[in-house]
Amino acid sequence: MSEPGPPPVGSTAPPPPETGEPTTTAGRYQVMQKLGGVVPAVLTGILAFFMGGVVIAISGHNPIDAYRGILDGAGINWFWAHLGNTDVLDLSTFNFTQTLLRTTTFVFAGLAVAFAFRCGLFNIGGNGQYTMGVVVSVWVGAYWGNALPNGLHVVIGIVLGALAGALWAGIAGILKATVGAHEVITTIMLNWIAYYFASYCFGQGGPLQNTQPGREAAPISDDVLDTSHAIIPVFWGDEGFQALHYGFFLAIAALVVFWIVLNRTTLGYEVRAVGFNPDAAAYGGINVKKNYFLAMAISGMFAGLAAAIDIFGWKYRAGTLDIQATTVGYVGIAVALLGRSTAVGVGLAAFVFGALDYGTTRGLDPEVFDPTLAGNLSYMIQGMVVLFVGADILILYLWSLRRKRFASPRMAGRGV
Amino acid sequence: MSGAPTVLEMRGIVKQFPGVLANDDVSFDLARGEVHALLGENGAGKSTLMNILYGLYKPDAGAILVNGKEETFSSAKDAIERGLGMVHQHFMLIPVMTVAENIVLATEPTEAGVFLDYAEARRQVSELARQFGFGIDPDARIEDITVGQQQRVEILKALYRRADILILDEPTAVLTPQEATELFTILKNLQREGMSIIFITHKLNEVLEIADRITVLRRGRVIDTVPREGATEDSLARMMVGRDVLLRVDKPPASPGDVALEVADMHVHDDRGIEKIRGISLQVRTGEIVGIAGVDGNGQTELVEAITGLRKRTSGAIVVDGKQVSSHASPRAILESGVGHIPEDRHRYGLVLDFTLAENAALHDYRYAPDSRFGWLRPGVLARRTARLIKEFDVRGGNPQTKARSLSGGNQQKLVAAREVDRDPKVLIAAQPTRGLDVGAIEYLHRRLVEERDQGRAILLVSLELDEVLSLSDRILVIYEGEIVAEHTSGVTEEEIGIEMLGGRREEAVA
Repeated sequence: MSEPGPPPVGSTAPPPPETGEPTTTAGRYQVMQKLGGVVPAVLTGILAFFMGGVVIAISGHNPIDAYRGILDGAGINWFWAHLGNTDVLDLSTFNFTQTLLRTTTFVFAGLAVAFAFRCGLFNIGGNGQYTMGVVVSVWVGAYWGNALPNGLHVVIGIVLGALAGALWAGIAGILKATVGAHEVITTIMLNWIAYYFASYCFGQGGPLQNTQPGREAAPISDDVLDTSHAIIPVFWGDEGFQALHYGFFLAIAALVVFWIVLNRTTLGYEVRAVGFNPDAAAYGGINVKKNYFLAMAISGMFAGLAAAIDIFGWKYRAGTLDIQATTVGYVGIAVALLGRSTAVGVGLAAFVFGALDYGTTRGLDPEVFDPTLAGNLSYMIQGMVVLFVGADILILYLWSLRRKRFASPRMAGRGV
Repeated sequence: MSGAPTVLEMRGIVKQFPGVLANDDVSFDLARGEVHALLGENGAGKSTLMNILYGLYKPDAGAILVNGKEETFSSAKDAIERGLGMVHQHFMLIPVMTVAENIVLATEPTEAGVFLDYAEARRQVSELARQFGFGIDPDARIEDITVGQQQRVEILKALYRRADILILDEPTAVLTPQEATELFTILKNLQREGMSIIFITHKLNEVLEIADRITVLRRGRVIDTVPREGATEDSLARMMVGRDVLLRVDKPPASPGDVALEVADMHVHDDRGIEKIRGISLQVRTGEIVGIAGVDGNGQTELVEAITGLRKRTSGAIVVDGKQVSSHASPRAILESGVGHIPEDRHRYGLVLDFTLAENAALHDYRYAPDSRFGWLRPGVLARRTARLIKEFDVRGGNPQTKARSLSGGNQQKLVAAREVDRDPKVLIAAQPTRGLDVGAIEYLHRRLVEERDQGRAILLVSLELDEVLSLSDRILVIYEGEIVAEHTSGVTEEEIGIEMLGGRREEAVA
C-alpha cells in the first residue's frame, strides 16, 4: 500500500497539477451532481462487500468461494447457466424466483423509507408499519370467511393492509405536524407497540391465533390458503411452495408510480420542496405540516403494501415468531440509502438485498459456506451500507485516492 | 509602498474547477505594512484565491512565497503557522464562551497540561488588546457583544496566533457605517504596527478609504493593480465590470398613488418570545419606494415575516390593497392577496437550491393552471415560462433545467426577483435585495426596482446597506429596537440616519 495522505508538506517543488479536487462540501456536492449520485452508491456497495470479504477471509474461508456460493444461492447463475429455464425443480431457477420474491418485498420496504426521505423525514418505523399491515392482511385473508369473490377479497385485503401501514405511520406524521415530536423517536415507539400488539394477536389465545383442531398450541394464525384461498395468483412456480406471484409486477408498478408522483404531480413537488428546504417551501405557500403528515402516511402505505403482498402472495399466514424475527423495515432503510431514494436506485438495491438475503440463507449450499455465518454476513453488509452511505465523504476521499494512484485525469468530469 | 519588503507573493496561480477557470494566472503581492485591497465582483475569483492562500484549496499551478521563501499550504493550520490570519465573513466564534476563551481556543495556556489557565488567558488577551488599542472586555460572552466587537475578537484571535498577515473577507458587510469607521481606525493602527492586510471587498468607497494598493479581479484574471492615488469609483467599477457602470440610481421623482400596504400598531414576537416589533405603523403607496433603514437585528426580519405571514403577529392590523389581512392568514393567502416578497435570505427562503430554475420559478404558482392541471405538473409550461423570465431578467449561467444551486448569487437573486415581479403583485417587499451581489447585478436590480415602482407597484425596501436605502427610497423610515424612530423624505445625510439607527445617541467608540 502506498501512503494515502496529502502530498508531503513543506516540499519546495511546486505542487503537481491536478484536476481540481473539491475540498469543500459545495465542491463535493458538485461532483456528486455531475455523477448523478451513482458513483458513491456503487462504491458504497463495493466497499461493503469488500469488507465482508475481509471478514470471511479472517474466519478462515475463501471469500471468492463464499461469494460465488452466495451468488449461486441467490440463483444469479440462472442468467448464464439456465436462462430461459422456467422449471422450478431446477435449483438455480428456484433460487432465482426466491430472490425475486424477496426483491418484491424489499422494493416496497425501500419505497417506504425513500418516500419519507424525499420529504426530509426518516421513517425508521417500516417494521411496525409492516407488522400492522401483516395483522390486518391476515385478518382479512384468513378470518373473513369465504363469501367474497377471491379477486375482490384480495384487492380489499391489499387495500386494508396498505391503509393499516399508512395509519400507523400517519400517527407519527400527525405527532410531527402538531407537536413537533421527532419521527425517529415516535416511529421506534410505534414499532414496539405494533410488535406487542401482533404478538398478542397471533399468540396463545389471541384473536388471530390458529383455530384448527390439533393446532391450538401454535402461536400462528390461520392460513389464507386453507380458509378463503384468496391469494395473489402465481406465475412462476407452485402455489403454496413459495412461488413467484403477480405482486412482483405490482412492485415494479410501485416504482413507476413513485417516480411519477414525485416528479410529475403537485403533491410530489410539495414533498420534494419540503424535503430540500422546508423554509423555502413555507415561503412559497406550501403547508409544510400537511406534507409531513402525507409523506409519512404514504411511506407507511408502502410498508403496509409490503406486508399485504407478502401475506396474499406467498406467506399466507403469520405467527409470533415471524413478527418477532422480521427485519423488513430495516432492510428498507438500507435499500433506500443504497438506492439514494430514487425509483431506479431502490429497484436495483432491492434486488441486491433480495439476492443477498436469500443467497446467504436457505439458498446457500452448506458445503460451501456455513449459512449461519453467511446470514450474519448479510446483516453485516446491510449495516456497512448504512454506515458508509452516511460517510460519503470517506467514500469520495477513497475514490479520489484511487484516481491519484492511477493518475487518470478528468475522471470526475466524465459522467457515468 | 516602495521600499517596504514584500511579505507575501502569489505567482501565476491557476485553479480550475469543473467548467470554470476560477483563477487564471493570478499574481498578487503584499508589502509589509500595506493594506492591499482585492476588488472584484462575486465569482471573480477573490475567494478562490484566498482559499488557496489559506490552504483550503490546492492550486493547479503557481507558487506562493512567504518572505521570499516558497511554501506549500495543505491546510489552514499550515497557513496559520506561517503567520497568516483570516477573518471570515461569518465569524467562527462560540457564542456561549467569553472573549478570552474564544481567542485562546486551540492554543490555550494550560495548567498541569490539562486545565485551561483562565487567568493567564485573560492576561494575555488584555495585554494584546492594549498593545493594538482594542477596547474589549475579555470576560464578556460573545453572544452579549455587538457584531462589530465580535469582529474585533476575530482579529485579536489572528493576532494571538502571531499572524503578521491579516486577510479580511468582506469585513464591513455586517457593520453599521459607524462600526465600519471604527474598523478602519483599527486597521490603520495595525498597519502602523507593521501588519500587512489583504482587504477583500466589492465596495468601491471602502477601497478608496483604506487601501494603499488595489488589485482588481474579473473572471479569474487580474485586470490591474493600481495605487489608490488616481483611482476613482468610476475607474474601479469599470475595471470590475468591464464596462461603464451607473453607480448612482437615476430615478425620476415618484408619483405616489393610493395606499397599497398599511400596517397599524403591529406587535410581533420572535421565536424566543421577545417582542421585536413594538408598535409599528407604516403606509406604502403605489408608485413609491419606502425604505427601512436600521442596524441588523432591530426587527427588520420580524417586520417582513409578519407582513408576509411567515410569522404570526401578536396584535395590530395589516391592510393590503384595501383589504384586511387576518392575523391567521397563511403565507399563501397573503401572496394571493397581492404581495410579492424578495426574501432577505435567498438560500433559506427564496430558492430551493436543489430544484431546477423551472421548478423554482413555479414555487408559488405550481398548483394552479397553467403550471398544473388536476394535480399534474406541466413541465413544458414551467420550462417555457422560465425561459421567458431568464431572458427578461437577464439571468445568466443556466437554462430552465439547471439546478438553482449552480447559479451565481446575483443570478439567483435575479431569478427570485423575476418570479416575484412576474406575479404582478400590488405590493412588493424587497428585503436586502442586493445583499452579497456584485456591482453589475446591483445596478440591474436597482434599476428594475425603480421601473417596478413606476409601473405602479408599492415597494417596501428593507436593507442594511444605508447607501441602498438612501439612493432608492422616496421615503425613509428608520427602525430602532422594533420602533420607527424617524421618517425622512429627502435631504438627509448618511451620518444623521446613522445616528438615528443607533437610537439617537452615538455610542462612544470603545476603540
